[in-house]
Amino acid sequence: MSKLLEISDLKIEARGGDGWNEIVKGVGLQVARGEVVGLIGESGAGKSTLGLAAMGYVKPGLRIAGGSIRFDGQELVGAPESMLRDLRGRRIAYVAQSSAAAFNPAWRLIDQHCEGPVRHGVMSRAEAQAEAVALYRQMRLPDPETIGFRYPHQVSGGQLQRAMTAMAMACRPDLIIFDEPTTALDVTTQIEVLSAIRDAVRDHGSAAIYITHDLAVVAQMADRVKVLLKGTEVEEAPTREMLANPQQDYTRSLWAVRDFRPSPRDPATSAEPILRIENVTAGYGALPVLRDVSFSVARGRTVAVVGESGSGKSTTARVIMGLLAPSQGRVLFEDQPLAAPGRQRPRDLQRRVQMIHQMADTALNPWHRVRDVIGRPLEFFLGLRGAAKEARIRELLAEIELEPSQFIDRLPGELSGGQKQRLCIARALAADPDFIICDEVTSALDQIVAEGILRLLDRLQREMGLSYLFITHDLATVRSIADEVVVMQQGRVVEQGPKDEMFTPPHHPYTELLLSSVPEMDPDWLSRLLEQRRAAVGKGDAA
Amino acid sequence: MTRYLVLLRHAPLMAKIGVLLIALYAVTAIFAPWLAPYPEAAVVGPKYQPWAAPHWLGTDALGRDVLSRLIYGARNTVGIALVTTVLAFLLGTTTGLLAATVGGWFDTLASRVVDVLMAIPSLIFALLILTITGTSVVALVLVIAVLDSTRVFRLSRAVAQGILTMDYIEVARMRGEGLGWIVRREVLPNAAAPLIAEFGLRFCFVFLFISALSFLGLGLQPPTADWGSMVRDSAKLISFANFSSWNAATFGLAPLLPAGAIALLTLAVNMVVDWVLHVSSGLKD
Amino acid sequence: MTRLSPIPRLILRRLATGLLTLLIVSAIIFWAIELLPGDIATEILGQSATPETLAAFRERFGLNDPPMIRYLHWLGGALTGDLGLSMANQRPIADLLADRATNTFFLAGYAAVIAVPLAVVLGVAAALYRGSMLDRFISNATLTVISFPEYFVAYILILIFAVQLQWFPSLAAVSPGMGLGARLYATFLPALTMVLIVMAHMMRMTRAAIVNLLALPYVEMAHLKGVKRRRVIAVHALPNAVAPIATVIALNLAYLIVGVVLVEVVFVYPGLGQLLVDSVAKRDVTVVQGACLIFAATYILLNLAADIVGIVSNPRLLHPR
Repeated sequence: MSKLLEISDLKIEARGGDGWNEIVKGVGLQVARGEVVGLIGESGAGKSTLGLAAMGYVKPGLRIAGGSIRFDGQELVGAPESMLRDLRGRRIAYVAQSSAAAFNPAWRLIDQHCEGPVRHGVMSRAEAQAEAVALYRQMRLPDPETIGFRYPHQVSGGQLQRAMTAMAMACRPDLIIFDEPTTALDVTTQIEVLSAIRDAVRDHGSAAIYITHDLAVVAQMADRVKVLLKGTEVEEAPTREMLANPQQDYTRSLWAVRDFRPSPRDPATSAEPILRIENVTAGYGALPVLRDVSFSVARGRTVAVVGESGSGKSTTARVIMGLLAPSQGRVLFEDQPLAAPGRQRPRDLQRRVQMIHQMADTALNPWHRVRDVIGRPLEFFLGLRGAAKEARIRELLAEIELEPSQFIDRLPGELSGGQKQRLCIARALAADPDFIICDEVTSALDQIVAEGILRLLDRLQREMGLSYLFITHDLATVRSIADEVVVMQQGRVVEQGPKDEMFTPPHHPYTELLLSSVPEMDPDWLSRLLEQRRAAVGKGDAA
Repeated sequence: MTRYLVLLRHAPLMAKIGVLLIALYAVTAIFAPWLAPYPEAAVVGPKYQPWAAPHWLGTDALGRDVLSRLIYGARNTVGIALVTTVLAFLLGTTTGLLAATVGGWFDTLASRVVDVLMAIPSLIFALLILTITGTSVVALVLVIAVLDSTRVFRLSRAVAQGILTMDYIEVARMRGEGLGWIVRREVLPNAAAPLIAEFGLRFCFVFLFISALSFLGLGLQPPTADWGSMVRDSAKLISFANFSSWNAATFGLAPLLPAGAIALLTLAVNMVVDWVLHVSSGLKD
Repeated sequence: MTRLSPIPRLILRRLATGLLTLLIVSAIIFWAIELLPGDIATEILGQSATPETLAAFRERFGLNDPPMIRYLHWLGGALTGDLGLSMANQRPIADLLADRATNTFFLAGYAAVIAVPLAVVLGVAAALYRGSMLDRFISNATLTVISFPEYFVAYILILIFAVQLQWFPSLAAVSPGMGLGARLYATFLPALTMVLIVMAHMMRMTRAAIVNLLALPYVEMAHLKGVKRRRVIAVHALPNAVAPIATVIALNLAYLIVGVVLVEVVFVYPGLGQLLVDSVAKRDVTVVQGACLIFAATYILLNLAADIVGIVSNPRLLHPR
């Protein structure tokens, strides 16, 4: 039997400053009818480009340079636009990463939903509309009869993503391309979307290409997984086989990240807290974002603050740094209250508390060279100049594992993502701090790079006795690096305690929800979880 | 700067022509007294001479050498436009960057003042003020500089606000850096590219604006050689243009010479600005 | 069931700021004259005027009243269409301005009727066929035209159409009793000058607005749904382009109203701009005030209109949460 989609030796080029650069380098991909294939890889692997190419589409500035894309026996490379247009939306559909941007703000959801089937002549407007309501119901959207009559900005992110999946299914396509559909969502929302997508795809018998960088997600969704790296193919195998027995070193390294464990601690040093937050309430305008938050960080230890977007974890960091004054409560550093705003703090206190941001890209001034980035705090806090400063810059570069002579004169634009984050760490270290806030420092990075950063932070903590406040939404990171955990929800601390305690039941219900929502590598995890939750609801109803 | 010189080697033809033309104008303006065959305002021959030696572009209604006046015009018109633009820029960027960085009442006040100034068309405002001050060069320069600085204010404020949301600003603030350091070392380098391009555009605007006022008889006053007034003085001759003979043709084309000189310089600056904008937007991603 | 849409509130607020701006601008126009060094009467009548004539002049123009009283008086008059007397020839300014203003708005309207549709269509076309011959031609031609001073364009047109071809008159002479056809013919060259210049600005701005829009993810999504290109543009791109295009149009109409000053002078057209320039030269303060007020009010109203179109066409405001 011929495959539904057969891509072979596909080459795609991007227009760069000096001609065309190959970004997909001769990749093949086959999808059988009804099969779900996961495409996985880090940023720049070419997975989205490959996914879009399955529709015979490349983004502006790209071109197909060679190879073939056959859909149901028809060649799409070089096919006339009219033929491609007939296929798109009707037989191959697309679900974008950001549904908020991919829905037209000027039209209601249902108008956009019906556009495909009506324009392709598959059904009448009335049929399409009835069908839309059925799909909304199947996607478990609230108020399926009326939600379609809302505008995109009136619907939440998770709902919008499901509405987009419904829209993709409007013409009962043979193949759906999901391009990181849950990446922008919180974990608890992600579960709803994942399960809705998976059930819908199964019920309709559509084939799908599921693009993601998250192994645990792909394990739930795909029958078969293909790993890409920098536009080339690494390996491909049925999901269970690949999880159990990855063949290539690169694939194994993707798995390895989750196994990172910090070096063992000396329990004797866990004595006094270096930072205490006492009953802090803070916010912008009248609305408090933080309500009565209290916790403390012990010297030489790592406290992880976890929560979803809007939980107030970043606001906590801003309060500690003195960027936001609390309306009630106070922050104590070594039992001295920290003034707010931070400008009023003595320079030595400013020096001892440092912060590393999530996006190294925006945390580094693009016009400051590595030398200036590290040199400025040395000069500002420690008064180092000339040769002493230069020597210290080189020492710090060596400390973060960047070859000094090679990197010292570079601009941030000439560094990779991981190198930029290392530079930010060096900048924080230059102040010779005691306490560092790490605000989602690994979440913008690929997994292997992220692991390198975690290892570096762990080594620095061991060598210098640093204390960390680690803000993250990623429980895998928490599990690997934290000594203590603080769980936040809607501006409140819902639970806190030593890590081992936090990860063993009984949990606070929200912690339970959060923990159980984190995808695991086991391909049966999602089914089992949904089963459990259904059972729990059943029990609740019975009681 | 050196980076732009390297880039210029790979620049499109239009940009190269633009740079070359600007250089030519600059040389003419700087070396005007040595280049011009006759003095700026002296009557050196009969009226309305055709284009022939020794008056290669003829003489005007008073018998002054047109070529010499065009060369001096480069110095006067371009010079004054440049001074005005620099003033407008100093005023606009300083207040704009400060408004964005300091915020608070200063930002509110400056923004409201600019809103009101911009609610009146510049030409109309300039005419109103010139009614009061009379037509002096100082008044002209100050009025236009203040009016034009409103646009520079808006741009530099918007650019700075974009930069100020960046985390590296937060890092500097958390370190306890002062206002001067943040503006000079963090904001300014990042605002440079759009501001350079804006400088070119503002110069074009100011230059056309001053020429327009001169053309209306309200800008630079005689006997200063100035392209706008030269167009005004020779405007009526256009209706006598006919191409039957060299003399008649050159006679009628007189107003087009200074007007063309204005147009060519503006075009050259615009071509360079287009390229700078293109390069700086390309360098970002 | 009906929640109050924020639109009326936003429009009202915008109208209020518009009116406030107008009030402030009127104050600036009036008070600017107060900054005049020396005495207006001496300034106008000259040093040789006798004390008696000066006193009579002051009396006639109410210069002895406190400035605040005179401002309120002037403002009240302006609202009822009475702008006082010309200082130069002592005739009522309103009469002086009425014909002139009609002529100016006629010319600006004439140019706008031709320029706006052409510029929008060509600007959209350039954006849709980005990189094509048409686009490159438009981009080079418009860059050239916006670099030219208005009078340079005007003289080239005069040279070609009036002097050489002799199709149109080089002086736009109009009289009150003229028929529409004759008027359109007489003012063709000034109108064409303004069309060329305004179109250049407008096409560049329209193109930029549409190019931004076409790069948005939802436009790509529409393509990926297999929607025809023409429909993508008509249904997905253009409805969201209303606000940016309205802004472009309003900005350029405002430009037209002001740019008309120079064109009127070149073609010796009896409009408001010509009058304003003459009055500035004569330092006829009251006429300058009146003309400036009309120009400024038009400008403010056009910008107000653009903002209101922007508010009304924003789906997020039309359909609040």
